Amino acid sequence: MRDVIRMIVVLGVLAAVSGWLLWAVKMGTASQIEYQQLKFVKGPAIKKILEGSSNDPLVDRFKIQDGEVERNFYVGVFDGKANAVAYETFGKGFGGDIGIMVGVNLETDELLGIGVTTHSETPGLGSRAKDDPSFGAQFKGMSIQEPFKVKADGGKVDALSGATVTSWGVCAGVTDSAKFYKTLKPQLIEQAQAFAK
Amino acid sequence: MAKTVVQEFTKGLWDEIPPFRLVLGLCPTLAVTKTVANGVGMGVAATFVLVCSNILVSALRNVIPSQVRVPCFIIIIATFVVVVELVMQAFTYPLFLQLGIFIPLIVVNCIILGRAEAFASKNGVVPSTADGLGIGVGFTLALAVLAAIREVFGAGTLSVPFSDTVIHVFGPSFQPFTFMVEAPGAFVCLGLVLALMNLAGK
Repeated sequence: MRDVIRMIVVLGVLAAVSGWLLWAVKMGTASQIEYQQLKFVKGPAIKKILEGSSNDPLVDRFKIQDGEVERNFYVGVFDGKANAVAYETFGKGFGGDIGIMVGVNLETDELLGIGVTTHSETPGLGSRAKDDPSFGAQFKGMSIQEPFKVKADGGKVDALSGATVTSWGVCAGVTDSAKFYKTLKPQLIEQAQAFAK
Repeated sequence: MAKTVVQEFTKGLWDEIPPFRLVLGLCPTLAVTKTVANGVGMGVAATFVLVCSNILVSALRNVIPSQVRVPCFIIIIATFVVVVELVMQAFTYPLFLQLGIFIPLIVVNCIILGRAEAFASKNGVVPSTADGLGIGVGFTLALAVLAAIREVFGAGTLSVPFSDTVIHVFGPSFQPFTFMVEAPGAFVCLGLVLALMNLAGK
């Protein structure tokens, strides 16, 4: 009996100490990890979408609480006016969620561009949503107000051949994001002004 | 057969160098040695976990009941692996992306559990530290050598660990021998290095 108690105590104490240590390390590195992900995963997509902005969108960012989710917005300053934001949205792809960075002009509601950030699509097929610049480029100039569909469904987007589900996922993700874009738009304009120079 | 601390350290560099002599930890050895930067990064991560777990296991060796020693070792090792994973994510993010699943897999790396079971649980803190350091440095060296051979022939480059610098060894007209950076090339390369070591050890 004493052996059993000893085992339980030793294992329990070890697990507790390890749990506490991991909590401490996790807390200590959280902000640094967030910054690294921003720089290496979302950064390239944001920079490309807000190309030509006079500020650094990775620094000029803000958060808005939308119901239960917290959304990040990255501000692009063009001609001294903070009139563009980029944000991340998700669509259901072939191999899981596809993360899509969407850039919108706040004055005209036109898309500045989209870029895939994270995905687990088939290499060589669905992965072209990220790697083939011409796929993302066709979204440029379209209005966020109208639903995004592939041409086969009566829309304007040329689907990636061999990757229909991926193309659907990207379109659905962008279309979905229009909903929270519309409700948050007044706040977006107000918050973005703070970054105008 | 009491060895000195120095001997405990140096045995890991040749006599018991993990992938070649103990033939342990082959999974990361074969998988991450496509470039020197990846190989050395993996080696350093494994060394850190190995040294820390050896120290803790040997310090607690009289407290841990022998019936539950393996779960205890796993808790200790897993804790340090997660610490390494978080720190790498925070400071060397590109390397973290490259190594991917192989960082969490250090938990089940036979070298680390093997040293905890075979050495640290029977020896004091000082020799255990030396043992962990020796085996860890040996593992890192082995990965670096293997990665250097594969990278130079397979891609014609040599990447410098922990920086973005890449040296082009053969110049632009080099046709890469891509077999070397693929999985079968790893086996062939490992075999060749092992054969050379046996030859030199004779």
